[in-house]
Amino acid sequence: MGVTRRDFIKSSIAATTAATVGLPLSQAALAKTSEAEAGWQWDKAVCRFCGTGCGIMVATKDGKITATKGDPDAPVNRGLNCIKGYFNGKIMYGKDRLTQPLLRMTNGKFDKKGKFQPVSWDKAFDEMEKQAKKALKEKGPTGVAIFGSGQYTIPEGYVAAKFMKAGLRSNNIDPNARHCMASAVAAFIQTFGIDEPAGNYDDIEYTDTAVLWGANMAEMHPILWARIVDRRLSHDKMKIVNLSTYSNMSSDMADSEIIFSPSGDLAIQNYIAREIIKRDAVNMDYVKEHTVFATGPYDIGYGMRATDKYAYDEEKDTQAKQLKVKLNKYEAIGQRKKEGEVVEQKNAKTAGKHWMISFEDFKKGVEPYTLDYTAEVAKGDPDEDIESFKKKLVQLADYYADPKRKVVSFWTMGFNQHQRGTWVNEQAYMNHLLTGKQCMPGNGAFSLTGQPSACGTAREVGTFAHRLPADLVVFNKKHRDFSENIWKIPTGTINPKVGSHIVKIMRDLEDGKVKFAWVQVNNPFQATANSNHWITAAREMDNFIVCSDGYPGISAKVADLILPAAMIYEKWGMYGNAERRTQVWREQVPPPGEAMGDVWQVLEFSKRFKLKEVWGEQPVPGLKAEGFKDGKLPDIMPAAIKMGYKPDDTLYDVLFATAEQKKKFPWPDPKVAKGHANHIADRLGDGWFPEKALFEEYAIFGRGHAHDLAQFDKYYEDDVRGLKWPYVNGKETQWRFNADYDPYVKKGKFEYYGKALKKLPSGDLDKITNKEKTSLAGKAKIFFRPYAAPVEQPDSNYPFWLVTGRVLEHWHSGTMTRRVPELHRAVPAAQVFMHPKDAEKQKLKRNDLVWVSSRRGKIKARIETQGRNRMPRGSIFVPWFDEGVFINKLTLDSTCPISKETDYKKCAVKVVKV
Amino acid sequence: MFQGGAIAVTGGLGWSYLLTQQAKAAAFAIRPPGALAEKDFNATCIKCGQCVVACPYDTLKLASAGEAAPIGTPFYIPRDIPCYMCPDIPCMEACPTGALDHGLEKIEDSRMGLAVIDIENCLSWKGLRCEVCYRECPVKDTAITVEKHPRLISKHAMFVPIVHSNACTGCGICEKACPTEEAAIRVVEPKLVQGKIGEHYRLGWTIDTEVTQEFKPHPRYKRITPEAPKTAPGMDYLNEGDL
Repeated sequence: MGVTRRDFIKSSIAATTAATVGLPLSQAALAKTSEAEAGWQWDKAVCRFCGTGCGIMVATKDGKITATKGDPDAPVNRGLNCIKGYFNGKIMYGKDRLTQPLLRMTNGKFDKKGKFQPVSWDKAFDEMEKQAKKALKEKGPTGVAIFGSGQYTIPEGYVAAKFMKAGLRSNNIDPNARHCMASAVAAFIQTFGIDEPAGNYDDIEYTDTAVLWGANMAEMHPILWARIVDRRLSHDKMKIVNLSTYSNMSSDMADSEIIFSPSGDLAIQNYIAREIIKRDAVNMDYVKEHTVFATGPYDIGYGMRATDKYAYDEEKDTQAKQLKVKLNKYEAIGQRKKEGEVVEQKNAKTAGKHWMISFEDFKKGVEPYTLDYTAEVAKGDPDEDIESFKKKLVQLADYYADPKRKVVSFWTMGFNQHQRGTWVNEQAYMNHLLTGKQCMPGNGAFSLTGQPSACGTAREVGTFAHRLPADLVVFNKKHRDFSENIWKIPTGTINPKVGSHIVKIMRDLEDGKVKFAWVQVNNPFQATANSNHWITAAREMDNFIVCSDGYPGISAKVADLILPAAMIYEKWGMYGNAERRTQVWREQVPPPGEAMGDVWQVLEFSKRFKLKEVWGEQPVPGLKAEGFKDGKLPDIMPAAIKMGYKPDDTLYDVLFATAEQKKKFPWPDPKVAKGHANHIADRLGDGWFPEKALFEEYAIFGRGHAHDLAQFDKYYEDDVRGLKWPYVNGKETQWRFNADYDPYVKKGKFEYYGKALKKLPSGDLDKITNKEKTSLAGKAKIFFRPYAAPVEQPDSNYPFWLVTGRVLEHWHSGTMTRRVPELHRAVPAAQVFMHPKDAEKQKLKRNDLVWVSSRRGKIKARIETQGRNRMPRGSIFVPWFDEGVFINKLTLDSTCPISKETDYKKCAVKVVKV
Repeated sequence: MFQGGAIAVTGGLGWSYLLTQQAKAAAFAIRPPGALAEKDFNATCIKCGQCVVACPYDTLKLASAGEAAPIGTPFYIPRDIPCYMCPDIPCMEACPTGALDHGLEKIEDSRMGLAVIDIENCLSWKGLRCEVCYRECPVKDTAITVEKHPRLISKHAMFVPIVHSNACTGCGICEKACPTEEAAIRVVEPKLVQGKIGEHYRLGWTIDTEVTQEFKPHPRYKRITPEAPKTAPGMDYLNEGDL
């Protein structure tokens, strides 16, 4: 159109310089720029990074992304982005992008000790098939595993979960979301009987108080933080309280900053509950009508390995503690026991059991949590005056107790990555339920999520070791029947025994129980705590690790076979954010080289398995379930044949590309595609639209069950910017469980209609006294959970607490953001944040190189004494994005025993000058 | 900022002026911490390179022909490697002549230049949640602060970084870290961008303005009687010219 490339470059240079020197652009120059941009095709999409779920617009030309912008119509972000979001368009174009399959080989054959060499997809799948079948033959379905992700698109998570659960009959698929959201999930299920938040981001614009519990939103949810700060600036009554174990960027706008000791949050929550009761601020009508009180055992352990067979000598003392705990003064008071009492952790395997208690017992439970006690146990900054700390606690209790003040509690990793993560999540609900401040505009406990589709995929699709789609679980026969029916597979296909959670998959590698593992859309060998063990197990033992990735990270380096993956806008995708909003994008550009989408990788691999190879009788060690022989999955081939399947049918034919799916969801699909390609459908070449077919099948699970998703095509309509489920009769649900907004509420103003764990025995604070189960349908539970100290604490050898986390500029393990030169330049390396006096005491200066070491490993980094995170004395912070500062070699693989989520915030280290 | 209610002493300095003036202005080289005034520095520096050797980050280099500084004198380019503000100031310690003034005790007191923000191209000034310069600033909260304003067109606040000349050392870590294609914050020679409020006037509304209701008793001044002028002031105007 008359603008040559040269003209365009010239005009865009003019635009830059003119703007720089502040001279107005001539109309002619402006017109030339827009004429060049006229050839760009814009489309809606979603940010690749955090769980906020900002909308972005992507412009493409000639198969390349030319620009992105914040989507002005997206209700989450209204055109804005954070600095990671600003670089969405650049993350796919790093210099070391993986473009062909790579296999460790010597002399043209696979060799675990060989060097990576390029191979064809066929050769890659040949080796994978051989290795997976070897593992299945040797160990049965538990011998294989998938490391899944909260960054899976919805179809990716669904295809992987179905391949494992319906195809290989293995429940060993678990996402990195286990490290991120599992405690939130466990608490949702235990408290409400259904997963995911009741509220939505609009709560921010309705509330009077934002209480941040272990959520540095200023850096980790930057766009939501902009909304909170706007509320603070525009609403006089608005207060922000930041509770954290160190001072961070969110403190800058906080009216009150409460620095608490590791695990001190458990005591503070109980103090607030006690105050609510003492001040007669319990909303009794609400409590009577909509809740029951509950508790569970205290002796639940710390989720570490039961054996010290593989432990380094240094590790053994911590490990011994988790079996028998000598109660310290504060635990004794908080648990109504004697100081020094040794408590065997008998309920480590039954940590999740719980029973109903009376309100009187609940009151007895919180009674020890006086202001004096709580301040003593929870004050986290040794330099803070205890009276000033107490004042802040009282004020916080004022906020929760005041019936005229709306309160939203936000939390993320500070609560979730916690040895008592499920407890502390439940305590948040406790105070909202006691006051009736829940499920209303501006009132509610809001669990924020870390990953872009931790909700949409990992949780809703159910890519966990115990889950099926839409909150169903593998150990429930009705749920299995329901799923097998939708999947048109024989009864008894699905393995009723819960698989290995992500930390356990690592331990299984070390135990030699898992022989074949596939890493998808995550970097578990950098992300899992105590990583020296798992890297050694993967590299030194007889197993086969496959890693699908866009870039070479630690997990790729650890692997035996690397599969080049298509990244975000190189494939069709859908994500679900923290407010239940499902959002979509189309394939914008082709993947580079031979890289292929993860959906295709699983589908293609599924062609390698015949029914007769996987649907015969299978050993599952430890399986015990009604209708199953001990330790065995039944031979379902006869039933399959009756259903019309043939022994030589492949999993691809039976589970995915069925005649029905192909007919219902053909590709091309011009109405939805609007000219966009689908490299996966094209490569499969058999005329169906896999992402749409997978999504529509998945959606059957939730429709009519309070998880209703809209039609696939609906999300792709031009004027839709994501929809919040349950989506019923063309309407989103803004606040769940509230009759004014939620069509699933059938009775009363509020109804907690979630179905899980809604029949309970009853008892007192210590034990079950009446085994008979009573129904609590429609009600939520208010849990009493006591204070418990972290299992590993600083001592004279390891005098510092280590806290890990993220920084705004980098995403997770940095495989994407560290490929963006600008972000790498901004924050090139992880630093050790330390109190200046701690540094001074060891004659350390800012920027000095130090060794940080724990019982498990050590790293070298520079110290920072005055940066974004200001530590109290006795505590250091190290972000984990930097593989050069591999902090997860140091962290402790202790998990919440209920949720199995790792505590990345509490272990003991020392710091020594290099 | 919000709680303290402090009002920025120095607003966002635009540097358009600098660029238009660049051709005329003498080249500005950013010197190591403690450097004497440019003229004195050039007279005192013996180009020995000790400071360059002492710098643990390879920040400093000696100028070669055609660069911004006289040949052989030390300077640095922050976008390549900024000054990381070592607390023990090894470059200064190494200087044998005092061209890097040994009187500098704290690195925070050094003044190597002044960071200025191009508010037209700064992402944070456009509403994005960037503020990388602020988080990376080694004297953050004094040299760079972030002001929060309502965005007005949506329910998001703006986080606007502001540089304060009274605390900015000119180390250039912000310039290095700035994620825009060309840095939207740069270290420049302060005199090129800084204005000056007249000595005769004090701002009456800033937070550090001394507010007093105590109007103390005042010494009585004697009237100053000037020597008798040869001609009375104003006579020229009064007596000459037409009305």
